[in-house]
Amino acid sequence: MTHISVEVNGKTYERDVDPRLLLVHFLREELELTGTNIGCETSLCGACTIHMDGKTVKSCTQLAVQADGSSITTIEGLSTDGKLHPLQEAFWEKHGLQCGYCTPGMIMAACGLLEDNPDPSEQQIRHGLKGNLCRCTGYHNIVKAVQYAAELMRAGNPEGGK
Amino acid sequence: MARVFGSSIKRREDPSLITGAGQYTDDLKLPNMAYAAIVRSPHAHARIRSIDTSKATALDGVTAVFTGEDIKKSGTPGVVPVGWLLPDMKIPPHPVLASETVRYVGDAVAVVLAEDRYRAQDAVDLVEVDYDPLAVVTNPAKTVEEGAPQLHAEAANNIAFDWELGDKTKTDEAFPKAAHVLKVNIRNNRLIPQAIEPRAALASYDDSKGQLTVWMTSQNPHIHRLLMSLASLGLPEHKIRVIAPEVGGGFGSKIHHYPDEVIACWCSMQLHRPVKWTATRTEANLTDTHGRDHVTEAEMALDENGRILGLRVKTYANMGAYLSTFGPLVPTYLHGTLLSGEYDIPAIYCNVIGTFTNTTPVDTVRGAGRPEATFIIERLMDLAAEELGLDPVEIRRRNFISPDAFPYQTQVALQYDSGNYGPALDRALEMVNYKNLRAEQERRRGEGGKLLGVGLSTYIEACGLAPSAVVGSLGAQAGQWESGEVRVHPTGTVTVYTGSSAHGQGHHTTFAQIVADRLGIDADNVEVIHGDTDQVPFGWGTYGSRSAAVGGSAIAVSADKVIEKGRQIAAHLLEASEEDVVFEEGKFFVRGAPDKSQTLNDIALQAHLAHNLPPGVEPGLSATSFYDPANFTFPFGTHIAVLEVDPETGEVKLLRYVAVDDVGNVINPMIVDGQIHGGIAHGIAQALWEEAIYDGNGQLLTGELLDYAVPKPHMLVSFELDRTVTPCPHNPLGVKGVGETGTIASPAAVVNAVVDALKSYGIKHLDMPLTPEKIWRAIHQSGRS
Ligand code: FES
Ligand code: FES
Repeated sequence: MTHISVEVNGKTYERDVDPRLLLVHFLREELELTGTNIGCETSLCGACTIHMDGKTVKSCTQLAVQADGSSITTIEGLSTDGKLHPLQEAFWEKHGLQCGYCTPGMIMAACGLLEDNPDPSEQQIRHGLKGNLCRCTGYHNIVKAVQYAAELMRAGNPEGGK
Repeated sequence: MARVFGSSIKRREDPSLITGAGQYTDDLKLPNMAYAAIVRSPHAHARIRSIDTSKATALDGVTAVFTGEDIKKSGTPGVVPVGWLLPDMKIPPHPVLASETVRYVGDAVAVVLAEDRYRAQDAVDLVEVDYDPLAVVTNPAKTVEEGAPQLHAEAANNIAFDWELGDKTKTDEAFPKAAHVLKVNIRNNRLIPQAIEPRAALASYDDSKGQLTVWMTSQNPHIHRLLMSLASLGLPEHKIRVIAPEVGGGFGSKIHHYPDEVIACWCSMQLHRPVKWTATRTEANLTDTHGRDHVTEAEMALDENGRILGLRVKTYANMGAYLSTFGPLVPTYLHGTLLSGEYDIPAIYCNVIGTFTNTTPVDTVRGAGRPEATFIIERLMDLAAEELGLDPVEIRRRNFISPDAFPYQTQVALQYDSGNYGPALDRALEMVNYKNLRAEQERRRGEGGKLLGVGLSTYIEACGLAPSAVVGSLGAQAGQWESGEVRVHPTGTVTVYTGSSAHGQGHHTTFAQIVADRLGIDADNVEVIHGDTDQVPFGWGTYGSRSAAVGGSAIAVSADKVIEKGRQIAAHLLEASEEDVVFEEGKFFVRGAPDKSQTLNDIALQAHLAHNLPPGVEPGLSATSFYDPANFTFPFGTHIAVLEVDPETGEVKLLRYVAVDDVGNVINPMIVDGQIHGGIAHGIAQALWEEAIYDGNGQLLTGELLDYAVPKPHMLVSFELDRTVTPCPHNPLGVKGVGETGTIASPAAVVNAVVDALKSYGIKHLDMPLTPEKIWRAIHQSGRS
């Protein structure tokens, strides 16, 4: 067992973990933050995407021990004071989800994308979300949602790209 | 006020899903829960000499290891049945854990229970199974050849069924007198469904009550409960509760009754504690039923004017190693019956041979049988156009069933209730600017460089399978009606209980719209419950694009019954006769006197107080319906793919995709469009990228997402949609199905476009998926490169 200390969604957790425990299982099973989903465990579907120290990462390809000392945001931590993040707002508004299984990862990935590029073209969105699979939407409305979120955020959402 | 029926209101499903609060099966945890992991055969065909579980059992943290022998000893049936019977079909038993022979890579042989999922996985590696490998066959046509390894003693030559539809003599007679005969050999590629959520089950058996509760990734909890009870566990049906929490997509793969979920239940009954099993992606790809995998020879006869005289189709359909729940239905009644397409064809004959191979069982994947049929006929139409020197548009127009010929009886059992195919085609042509495209194509051909291709698919779909008596006569061991209950509470708010079971389709929203529209109340005052056998009346679930047409209709009929009862009570309170009381926008009043009215809320309260009800009227205000549709519904439309092929590399670049669909009346346009988008993407993926490939030893070479190309965002384009509206004449909503149209239409549109682009090489047909390598080779083998 290895002792780790991780800040997740603004709260610090101290835990002893098995060195082989995947970060995604740490989040889902230890911290019961089940919003982060698992679609493959091999870094290919993006359902498990989170933010770690400001970077977009797939939590199935990180060990919990690698997260020691880091600060993590999951889908549960994205909205602030009960107000949806513009991306959450936009996915809802533009029907960017159907079954919703890819959605937390998709939103977290899109968040990283908009931070780097606040006004992406359709092609930039499509390429930026390459690491995330959705079987339901054909991506059509996901693209629309990200475009709309970018608009909302440019229109002066105080949170900016965060 | 805008009508709620037909408006794009936002989905009420979404707030929990976009915040991570939605609960899927693997999110659930129960106290004292054990984790199950399944030991699977690495061989495609082998005898099991012995299974040694001692090392696994001895591992710290392992609770138990069970094999098929343990299930036998427990007296539990431990098999999964098939739900569709064809004449003379051979039905080999399908034990949930194999104890004598394994027949595909992934066949389950043992199960490990441990305190956490890592331990369970460790123990799987310690189970020692001694296999005696046998010869392997994977191809659906080759498996019937002499000398092929035999899978089941029950099925000589590996043939499960040999099925036919249509008039063979009449069809055979059409060919000798035909001016043109076109022939095509098609290998319809095998697909893996790839819902992003892998299958999972959490089973909890309560000994003291003899009650089993199962949360599982199900498209149809009542079917799962029924088959668990009837065939697999031997528990009484009323002692089983199946719950489908949030389900992360199905695409047909979560209809079926699989061994794994049964194993989880049985283990919970043995251990007297909750047991959770969740598939890894690899397991999902090895064990979720696959789709398609047909080997087909098809011929079309035409007269000198391009009118079709006859169509003859022979297909070997891969059933995999065992018959899955609805496996036999797919290549037969979902495939043969659709071979008339949108065309008036005087003679059709179809022969389908379902065969066993050492591969994962094959069953429904989005579209199920209908994409295969559409592909055959739409490819032949293009070949015929080429042969006759006609434009692909023109040959289709010449053969369309005329709008005044409905109801139209096809030669393959279906009676199309309605249709008008010209307008959808016209609109699609207008949207792509067809004339300009053709001119541009000509221009480019002269220039060299990338080749432009335009492909059409004028398709029809038959969905919302019906009526129950007919499907029963065709072999269904299931009904195809749906239940819907509308319960009005004393305050006038409403809860709807439906046997449909959404997994992304948005029924909570759409079904509330149906009820709100009918009852004239705010949609926010309607709650929809589904996916729990203890809460909703028996129903058959969500698949086959049936939920709006059948499930929605059940709800509409119940709402109407509520109004009728409300009218009785209102007439009594208004001291009028029932015939004089009208119901408009949520109010009952005497015709011509809207000022004195009783709202639905008033009536709901009175119905529950029951202080002053008309004689003979029972208290309460709710109604339940079991709606059995009179016929299938028949969505149709035109899809056009515009793409570029690079002759240097064989690469295809999709430029535009236009779809004009007729799905009847539309309840929520935003949701309907979303369904179409997803379907199109799935079908384009079949055409260009996806294929499950087995090697000669029956190893699945595409078992990971790394090798199996589920499309990523940058591989697709935004789709251009429009619709025509021809309401379904036989259901109360006038709606048809929408979930599968895209998957049915698009493979043919894309392949037709690629073949169109490659015209100058004399290439007539290429099998899907159209990978750059395949196209490049075809170009180089054409002798014209
Ligand atoms: S679960 Fe992490 S990428 Fe698929
Ligand atoms: S919404 Fe279902 S996988 Fe994306």
